[in-house]
Amino acid sequence: MTKLTIGVLGLQGAIEEHVKHIHDLGLQSLIIKKTEQLGEVDGLILPGGESTTMRKLIDRYEFFEPLKEFSNQGKPIFGTCAGMVLLAKEITDSNTIHLNLMDISVKRNAFGRQVDSFVTKLDVKNLKQPFNAIFIRAPYIESASENVEILATYDGKIVAAKQDHILVSSFHPELTDDNRFLEIFVNMVKEQKVDMVR
Amino acid sequence: MEKLLGTEAVKRGMAQMQKGGVIMDVVNAEQAKIAEASGAVAVMALERVPSDIRKAGGVARMADPRIVEEVMNAVSVPVMAKARIGHISEARVLEAMGVDYIDESEVLTPADEEFHLLKSDFTVPFVCGCRDLGEAARRIGEGASMLRTKGEPGTGNIVEAVRHMRKVNAQVRKVVRMNDDELMTEAKILGAPYEVLKQIKEAGKLPVVNFAAGGVATPADAALMMELGADGVFVGSGIFKSESPEKFANAIVQATTYYTDYDLIGKLSKELGSAMKGIEISKLGNEDRMQERGW
Repeated sequence: MTKLTIGVLGLQGAIEEHVKHIHDLGLQSLIIKKTEQLGEVDGLILPGGESTTMRKLIDRYEFFEPLKEFSNQGKPIFGTCAGMVLLAKEITDSNTIHLNLMDISVKRNAFGRQVDSFVTKLDVKNLKQPFNAIFIRAPYIESASENVEILATYDGKIVAAKQDHILVSSFHPELTDDNRFLEIFVNMVKEQKVDMVR
Repeated sequence: MEKLLGTEAVKRGMAQMQKGGVIMDVVNAEQAKIAEASGAVAVMALERVPSDIRKAGGVARMADPRIVEEVMNAVSVPVMAKARIGHISEARVLEAMGVDYIDESEVLTPADEEFHLLKSDFTVPFVCGCRDLGEAARRIGEGASMLRTKGEPGTGNIVEAVRHMRKVNAQVRKVVRMNDDELMTEAKILGAPYEVLKQIKEAGKLPVVNFAAGGVATPADAALMMELGADGVFVGSGIFKSESPEKFANAIVQATTYYTDYDLIGKLSKELGSAMKGIEISKLGNEDRMQERGW
């Protein structure tokens, strides 16, 4: 099998941090600035940043349909923080619907403003040791349909989840030195690639 | 589960989320909405933009909290605000209001000519201006979570921001290549904390993001600063002192994202109308050079 390539949507936000993690796991990365680059990657990360800004840029550079098409092909997508907001079916307190690729309702800045941003040791499903989770003006999942697998909760709120080929986290694994959360995603990409070959 | 607020990771991380973006100065809710709609990653709430501060003269202070509050209520992107250099109480007031980031800024009249804020004491993160690596490292030593060039605010003249960005980056490259036994002498020469230089040498880069600020007036200015290695761009007077703020805001955001797409930047620069009127730096007296404030 050829080396997997993971793309990172390169419009705005913490892009290099994800790239570093991808390289640390021995995989290739591609920063996606043009829609045609989506065809070159096996999985895609929507990084943390400002969701309002990213959505504007997604529209302006006509990424909206290509991103949905990428997902329709069953290719895995991992959204961190703002990326999770973009993937949701519904945003609480807003009429805006973004990519609508995951059956979750997300509340933005749900833990408060920057002064309420925090770090905590978080238990994540299938990870043996707790994960040092960094929450920055973070969203959480207010409700999820039954086909969504909950991977972590904090204070009763869903902060990491998976549905089919989509993975999301409220927190920022890319700001730590811990690759274990990205590995969950990489395994999804590997499985999908095997399925495609079959 | 234990929850830690205001850690270094949380404060620096917030700035990392702003990378590749444009932070715009605004003086009211209406401007804040224009900035957000154009794709700004944050807004800086002020009473006056720097070029008007120059004109008005007198003492420039923290904005009226009413303006800051109005802006916070108007947008969902993060809101920053400026406190005077060394003004502990202005900074604490802004923190108590829930501002997302404080700029300890030379654009305002300094409250303390000797001491900057001990920013590590605060839960809210800070951004500070710098002209060289010594200044950058001192601010990091005090706990700044983000840097920006000082440039020369309110002039619409990019020359000082270019100078400061090039200087810091050249000095970082020098430190990274240095032998370990040369580092203490470099710290002495730069007036920089040794520990910060050691971190820079080990990481191969600054430990916090560094934006461009002070003189960005056009899409091409923003692209230039990105080309020179800025992580993002602050635009002060450049947007709301231009002929058509919406167009300038949109164009500067796009030029920052696609800073090497020169066809696009050319297209964006067409029919923008006139940019803010600029000032030749040599025409400024020493007392009018905001970058000389702080040390």
